[in-house]
Amino acid sequence: MRADHASAVTLGCVLGGALLLAALNLLVPTASAFHVPNFVVSVAGKYLCYAILALAIDLVWGYVGILTLGHAAFFALGGYAMGMYLMREIGARGVYANPILPDFMVFIGWNKLPWYWYGFDHFWFALLMVALVPGVLAFVFGWFAFRSRVSGVYLSIITQALTYALMLAFFRNDMGFGGNNGMTDFKDILGFPLDAETTSVGLMLATAAVLSLAYLLARAMTRSRFGKVLVAVRDAESRTRFLGYRPESYKLFVWTVSAVIAGIGGALYVPQVGIINPSEFAPGNSIEAVIWVAVGGRGTLSGAILGAVLVNLGKTWLTSALPEVWLFAIGGLFILVTLLLPRGLIGLFAGRGPMAAAERDRRSAAAEAAMREVAQ
Amino acid sequence: MKEPTLLYLDGVTVSFDGFKALDDLSLVLEPGEMRAVIGPNGAGKTTMMDVITGKTRPDEGHVVFGADIDLRKLDEPAIARLGIGRKFQRPTVFEPLSVRDNLLLALAGDRSPRFALAARETARERMRIDELLATIRLSDERDRRAADLSHGQKQWLEIGMLLAQDPKLLLVDEPVAGMTDAETAATAELLREINRSRSVVVVEHDMAFVRALGVKVTVLHEGRVLAEGSIDTIQNNARVIEVYLGR
Repeated sequence: MRADHASAVTLGCVLGGALLLAALNLLVPTASAFHVPNFVVSVAGKYLCYAILALAIDLVWGYVGILTLGHAAFFALGGYAMGMYLMREIGARGVYANPILPDFMVFIGWNKLPWYWYGFDHFWFALLMVALVPGVLAFVFGWFAFRSRVSGVYLSIITQALTYALMLAFFRNDMGFGGNNGMTDFKDILGFPLDAETTSVGLMLATAAVLSLAYLLARAMTRSRFGKVLVAVRDAESRTRFLGYRPESYKLFVWTVSAVIAGIGGALYVPQVGIINPSEFAPGNSIEAVIWVAVGGRGTLSGAILGAVLVNLGKTWLTSALPEVWLFAIGGLFILVTLLLPRGLIGLFAGRGPMAAAERDRRSAAAEAAMREVAQ
Repeated sequence: MKEPTLLYLDGVTVSFDGFKALDDLSLVLEPGEMRAVIGPNGAGKTTMMDVITGKTRPDEGHVVFGADIDLRKLDEPAIARLGIGRKFQRPTVFEPLSVRDNLLLALAGDRSPRFALAARETARERMRIDELLATIRLSDERDRRAADLSHGQKQWLEIGMLLAQDPKLLLVDEPVAGMTDAETAATAELLREINRSRSVVVVEHDMAFVRALGVKVTVLHEGRVLAEGSIDTIQNNARVIEVYLGR
């Protein structure tokens, strides 16, 4: 009962909030006090993309206990796939007016489109890659990691290494992804100009819809028998093995799904912020995303969405008001939440009654363990 | 024709950094048998369980299940699916899940993620769970979270999970550690009940409990079998008294 209530509230907030912002932007005259300016719409769209990433992280961290410190890599890969499509959409409108080659390739003296850029002039192909590239990378990574029973801190460290290695690779000009500068100066998506306010409203609404679908998918997965096995693996992996389960195949499945969700989030992110560059792979990004989940409430799905939106609201405000304080603030926030709100902000709403007290004790022990893992 | 032995360990040796946890251990278990294994700390009881369940690979020797299944070549899930269930020393159940969900996950059946994603609880599963709940005396606790059970109840739940797997052989590591006298007596009763249809190996320290089981006893010492026989023969064996009982 309570869980159904939570999902209705979550979907209502995401979809209702997005529609409300859209209406206040498009239908209310600019002069009115109720008008929502364009930048708020695109910032909201960005937060929703972050919420998709947070949801993906909660699926693996909250339910099967994989503390990923590299999930932004999948987000960025999805973003790059979308960026490649947007670059090719520019066509001859670039600075060098080359109908095939993106500006940065002309600039470094290339005269032929590399093979791995073929097909990105088609939107459907880019969409396929948005899911496939993060998905395949996650599958291969997970296949090796889970089969050799790498877990806990060691797994966290190699996820961090994964995103760092990708960052270094994408920084190189001769990778053919724009190097240091990445990709930007996008003109339009599917023929809709990116600087039009209707396009940003459309993208923001699309992001809200995708987030809702991802939430429903994650919820269905975690509430099925599959989800029960995930929790069983998280809390007593060897018990599941002696019952005849192969924890590695469960981890691999949910890990790959999670990477695809993160990639889709990244693909929605790029047209809304107008740029993708290697700094999206920075290890700090992945860690920050884990903190959103911890703040909202790990293992609840709705908490991940709530945490991503609230922490980023705080970040937007703080980085303009007191930019030098931000890193201390997020570090402090993480410590405070771990010590005082081990079930996250969601725990404040759900945390009443005798059942909740027992749950709280257990969760605080789990959160302490998680914090020790992060601290190391 | 004689029925083949259920479990056959021959000359099994396991060493960790030169320390021989098992040293040329041999043991034969007949189908339907219940066996108690005793021995001082470090005698190799848990290592023996690890070898049988695929957690540890022996350096030497044979481990055969049924007529001709070589357990050395299989990993834990594969061995579990063959029908060998293992109960840990410390009760290990899925704490956040309800008692009945713990049993549901343990029920014999398809273990693949693809199956689990689409699985709906069947009437047959519901019936099996109700039977198991009655056997392990937890019918009234079915909807409670496993985390909220008492220590003894968790031990039973774990035994129930093993039964749900429908194993041919159950390995039970110190089932009555930390139990009250009443719980210990109930557990002995439960194991005898289980033994009516399955073979059981019980590792235990508690001599009163082993006596209550009334089965053949194997004494391990320094990775070898020191003695084997009824509880009375064992308790009068001079070497057993020297290394174990006398202390």
